[in-house]
Amino acid sequence: MLTLNINGKNTTVDAEPDTPLLWVLRAELKLVGTKYGCGKGLCGACTVHLDGAAVRSCVTTLEAVQGREVRTIEGVQGQQIDALRQAWTHVDVVQCGYCQSGQLMSACALLKRVPRPSNEDINAAMSGNLCRCGTYSRIREAILLAAESSGRTP
Amino acid sequence: MPNFKRRHIILGSAGAVGALVIGWSATPQRRRLMTDKPLAVRQGQVALNGWVKLASDNTVTVMMSQVEMGQGAQTSLAMLLADEMDADWTRVTLEQSTLDAIYNNQAVIIDGLPFQPNDHGMTKRAIGHVLGKIIRAVPGLQGTGGSSSVADQWMPLRQAGASARAMLIGAAAALWQVPAGECRAENGRVLHPSGKSAAFGELAQRAAQLPLPKDVTLKTSAQFKLIGQPLRRIDNAAKLDGSATYGIDVLPAGLLYASISMCPTVGGRVATFDAAAAGGLPGILKVVKLEPAKASSVMPGSTSGGVAVIADAPYRAMRALAKIAIEWDHGAAAALSSETIGRDLKAALDDKDGTVHFHTGQMADALKSAAKTIDAEYRVPFLAHATMEPMNCTAQFKDGQATVWAPTQAAGFASGAVAKALGISESKVEIKVPYLGGGFGRRYLTDFVVQAALLAREAQGAPVQLLWPREQDMAHDYYRPTYLCRCTAGFDGNGKLIAWKSTSAGSSMGAPSFMDMSTDGASNTAYAFPNARIAHVTVESAVPVGIWRSVAHSQNAFFVESFIDECAAAGGKDPIAFRMELLDERHRRVLSRAAELANWQQPLEAAPDGARQGRGIAIHRSFGSVVAQIAEVSLSAQREIRVHRVICVVDCGVAVNPNLIRQQMEGAIVFGLSAALRGEITLDKGQVQQSNFNDYAPLRIHECPTIQVDIIPSDAAPSGVGEPGTPPIAPAVANALYALTGTRLRSLPLKIV
Repeated sequence: MLTLNINGKNTTVDAEPDTPLLWVLRAELKLVGTKYGCGKGLCGACTVHLDGAAVRSCVTTLEAVQGREVRTIEGVQGQQIDALRQAWTHVDVVQCGYCQSGQLMSACALLKRVPRPSNEDINAAMSGNLCRCGTYSRIREAILLAAESSGRTP
Repeated sequence: MPNFKRRHIILGSAGAVGALVIGWSATPQRRRLMTDKPLAVRQGQVALNGWVKLASDNTVTVMMSQVEMGQGAQTSLAMLLADEMDADWTRVTLEQSTLDAIYNNQAVIIDGLPFQPNDHGMTKRAIGHVLGKIIRAVPGLQGTGGSSSVADQWMPLRQAGASARAMLIGAAAALWQVPAGECRAENGRVLHPSGKSAAFGELAQRAAQLPLPKDVTLKTSAQFKLIGQPLRRIDNAAKLDGSATYGIDVLPAGLLYASISMCPTVGGRVATFDAAAAGGLPGILKVVKLEPAKASSVMPGSTSGGVAVIADAPYRAMRALAKIAIEWDHGAAAALSSETIGRDLKAALDDKDGTVHFHTGQMADALKSAAKTIDAEYRVPFLAHATMEPMNCTAQFKDGQATVWAPTQAAGFASGAVAKALGISESKVEIKVPYLGGGFGRRYLTDFVVQAALLAREAQGAPVQLLWPREQDMAHDYYRPTYLCRCTAGFDGNGKLIAWKSTSAGSSMGAPSFMDMSTDGASNTAYAFPNARIAHVTVESAVPVGIWRSVAHSQNAFFVESFIDECAAAGGKDPIAFRMELLDERHRRVLSRAAELANWQQPLEAAPDGARQGRGIAIHRSFGSVVAQIAEVSLSAQREIRVHRVICVVDCGVAVNPNLIRQQMEGAIVFGLSAALRGEITLDKGQVQQSNFNDYAPLRIHECPTIQVDIIPSDAAPSGVGEPGTPPIAPAVANALYALTGTRLRSLPLKIV
């Protein structure tokens, strides 16, 4: 039995310590908004926040997150994610939507770090998140829009 | 007279040229209004016809047969019904339809016949008649593919909406004792000039008692309120907070998890396996050997056999699987490689003239008399679909009843496949379709659904969720086939194109030659060649092949649009002006608009880093729509190809939702660019060599060009938008690279050497 801090709550899970966080989130905690895409940290569909930073939960073990704060798409809060969701809706980013939890988590971690990101900042923060529907140009537009709007309402 | 070789398609793999002609005559629209069995309704809800339910709380529920895999069809389809019904758009919801013949996708089946768009001859009518009979009788042909959803349901959904509106007006008129002609509907209410007004929900029970109207008047385009508006997607919100349910997210009580390892050699199977090493691991319930699984009841090919582990947690299943020693029976394909397949294609073109798919004029004489000829040989590789959500399916088999949560593009096929695999009647199978994390044609096949059903049979009534690891998904796809194509063109003394010949070699996906769709996009191009011969040599291999976004158009647009560019260059002509001479007015309009948006006549500025830019054009018609694209490219200091901007102009008939059309064009371009710049599946010793996104690497955000989409205004019936954006991009980029470097790249993916 291991105790994890997920979305602000301490949770006990029955899993081996080398289990990647992704599988415990999805199967044991029923937090299925975090997706499996590659299992190797190549696609970003499983992105969550670990102490506020974006990490790939498919290559992050339970051992590695003990005593640290994990946030998923279901539990992420704050003005950045609110602004991003609004912008995502306004720009109509999603198509199949499967990668979008990961895209939003990466974008949210970026805005927390860099409130007014440049195109290069966006490239650096978002190039680990694949989208086969090709929503990239709208993702960029939505991040810039969210940065602008959350800058207006502190 | 051109000689149109009779050809045909495999169900669901359509090149929907000439859409909307035969399909409507196959089943009269009124017959697509009522289901065989009445729709099930809940308390306070009525069904006004087979497409719409109305509840006393004013909720309008549209019966949805088409799945949502990103293409936005569900939003557009709901708009068609809601507009004609004058429903309140904010009260519209969706419900997955049952399997009934009214939902059968006629556009993809009949209109998909790859005849020339202007061919309404006996053969097409006869085949349409026979297929129409089948479609009217057989439920479950309601696939989502062939860019056909809106084209197919454009009339039935509007008629269903108009019929519902008429019944609601009739109910209100009877209630108020006024002539129906004095009433009108607006935004979910029926109104009378006297000031009387009733919400749809208040009228639902009375309306449902009325007979189905014999004739309804559809709106003119000027009367549309929703159709033509850039409405936001109805699936937006659920996809932003993690609550949207995809195949891997269904969580029935008591769910078990399965992982799978399949024979790495295509078509291989398990010889023996030893699970002893996995014995002591926690949570393992069962290890199951699976024989090769049939991909579809229609298309050829099967998925390699494998070993699956069922466990109480997903990672426990994966960990155990890694410990199991499996000996494979590699089968007949063990010596196969990309080189041997390439040699077979070359030998086929060396030895054979091919089956003629299209012939016009006197091609041989024209070539002989030509003052100048040019030749070129093009090649495209195998391509994987690599949907973001790998193949998966959840199934439960309990008390003789199968419940299957299948992320499938073809629920009808899936239902039949499960029934067959479990030896039960199809009436004992229920298919529930969640959101699909991408489809692109891969999810038309039902191999993974069959595997899940077979695993459920081993689980004593518990539901089992089978998820393919990414490496399995990459190595066990049904790939876009590799093709080789040789082209010859002849010019007269004035440099005019007088002869066009192309012969391709590659898989016809198992279809006999008279049903062959392999030259779709080449044998039915829009170019008016005076003399032409388009032929194909079928060369099958053991590599499973299938339908990939835009199907045969994905390779044939590359061949045709590259070679037409070579023809222009051979005569020293402008690529757009040269094409204009051979195209009809519809295509010319699209080309002109693209040229205008790209400032084609003006020189291109340098790229931001000072590199010189080149631009190229391609135009292609597929699934009834015409798309032109102009790509602007440069080379980095390391001589990597960079695509900076793509101008895209589309004529897809009525633009039902311009926002969704733009999304699809953007997405189709990125999908096609990933293939054009890097996509390639190779084989060695019968095994696919790519395994994950490191070696099959789609475009990433920093590589995505600026994309500008323009939609040509049109009153014509809507045609496809999901796929037609993909075919032109590879040739547009190749032609741009020629303009930039003077070197013609004739093989995909494009590589500067």
